[in-house]
Order: sequence, then structure tokens, then C-alpha cells
Amino acid sequence: MENVEQRIKKIVAEQLGVKEEEVKNESSFVNDLGADSLDTVELVMALEEEFECEIPDEQAEKINTVQEAIDYVTENAGN
Amino acid sequence: MQNRIALVTGASRGIGQAIAQKLGSHGAIVIGTATTQAGADSIDQYLSNAGIQGAGSVLDVGDADQVKSTFEAIREKFGEVEILVNNAGITRDNLLVRMKDEEWDEIMETNLKSVYRLCRTVLRSMMKARYGRIINISSVVGAIGNIGQTNYAAAKAGMFGFSKSLAREVGSRNITVNCVAPGFIETDMTRALSEEQQQSLIQHVPLGRLGGTEEVASAVAFLASSEAGYITGSTLHVNGGMYMD
Repeated sequence: MENVEQRIKKIVAEQLGVKEEEVKNESSFVNDLGADSLDTVELVMALEEEFECEIPDEQAEKINTVQEAIDYVTENAGN
Repeated sequence: MQNRIALVTGASRGIGQAIAQKLGSHGAIVIGTATTQAGADSIDQYLSNAGIQGAGSVLDVGDADQVKSTFEAIREKFGEVEILVNNAGITRDNLLVRMKDEEWDEIMETNLKSVYRLCRTVLRSMMKARYGRIINISSVVGAIGNIGQTNYAAAKAGMFGFSKSLAREVGSRNITVNCVAPGFIETDMTRALSEEQQQSLIQHVPLGRLGGTEEVASAVAFLASSEAGYITGSTLHVNGGMYMD
């Protein structure tokens, strides 16, 4: 079973069309990985699906980097 | 649009019914909404009479909870909506000097806020599918105005700006957003006018007659088709030349 970090990096790479090795913990979706605002919304949707949770908009807005996504999922999602 | 799932609001009669039938005749699975059970039943009836897959569904587009539960029910029974036609609308005509807040608010809620609400609900699955067709039924009145209809005209004109903005937002996801703006069409609404009123209306129509509901439906079906894939943020005027963009 892959851990949260690996699963998230895989989703980010798929969603943003970048190579998985380019996706670092400190990578910013917009500044480093070339995401636009709609990409970040879709990314959150993909995270919700993968981790079977609902991320409220005001929380979603604070998820700007890979690490922030990992932290959110670790703290809030059961699996 | 074979087997595409289409949602048409306000489909129990008039233009909405013609749209539902037209999309169905092109092979779409059609869910038509009406505010009453009797309306939903009549949609069921005309769909099955025409051999169209789909169903009638009770929905007040002004009710956020109902919108949510309707989409859930459609998802369960048919799948995700791929073609959304925002057709439901009401009138609360009055001269502005006499207009009540309720008359203004009801129009904004039913005719404009519903468009925002349904589009927002349908977007997630359309974005994921990288496919979507949204068609908002506006009115010639939104383009040229009409006495006694400041509220209605404001809501219908609001659809133009809304549609253009949304078209820009989601174009990269292969979702198109367009308006169809009917002129004077033969419906219960125009049949209620006197012969004299009808004649004076027709004077402003170069084609010299009222339009048929199926003529509006054809425009909607075109925008919903794959052939219209490069058209977004546009308004198709179906008004006999009464207003030319």
C-alpha cells in the first residue's frame, strides 16, 4: 500500500500533466507546477475522490503546495 | 448526441417541451423538469410516446436543496448530466414605479440565480469528463428591453454576461456555454395576448409571423451537438429578425 505522500504526488502528477519526479513536497501547484486556478480546483476534487473526504472551500484555498495537501489529508482523512 | 444525458428545466410545455423532444429525437436521454407532479407526469408521457429515453422530474429551480437532490437522483438512475438547458423561467410584469421587491426578487431567483446554481452543480462532472454543453434560454427582451419587464429583462440580460464569463472559465475543459434568445414565440404566454396586440408585435418582425417552439428547439439542438463544438460564449437569436445582433 502506498503512503499518503506517494498517492498525493501521483495524483498531482496526473492532474497537472507533469512527471512524478518533478513533484516535490515543497512544490507550489501554481508557481512550480504550472497549475491555473481551475487546475487547483480539479486537484482538490481528485484528492476528495482518492481519500473519500470532502474538503470545504475555505480549507481548499489554503492547500497551495504538495506538503500542504499531505498535511491536510493526514490530519483530516481517515485513510 | 446519441445517449448523451440532457437536463432541460421547465420542460412541461412550450419552448422547454419542444427542446426536450428535439434533443430526444437526436438520441439524447432527456430528463425534463417541472414544478408540479402533474407537469412531471406529462413530461413522462410525451417522452415515452415519442420513444425517448428519460423521465420527468419535479424541480423548483429556486430551491437549492431540490436542485442537489435532483442531480443525485439523475446520477443514480442515468449518469452525469452532459447537456444542461436552463429554460425554466417566469414573468412578474409591472412598471418599475409600481414594482414590488417580491416581484423583482422572484424573477432574479427563478430566472437568474437558478442558472448560476444549476451550472455550478453540473460543472464538476463536466470538468472531469472534459465535455459539456450548457445552453441558457434568454430572451430578445434581454437584448432590447420591454415595457413592464425591467426585472425580466435584467435577468435575461444577466444570462448573457454570465454565459460569456463561464465560457471563458471552462473553455479549456471542452465545455461550451451559449445562449439562445427567442423572440415572440407561439406559446401560452403569447396566445394570451389579444389579436390586436399580436398584430402590433408582428409589425416589428421582418419575417411577419410568430416563431414556433420547434424553431427555438432546433437552435438549442444545434448548440448541443458536436457540430457546434467551436462555438462558445455566443447568443443565437431566434426572433424572425426582430432584433439583429
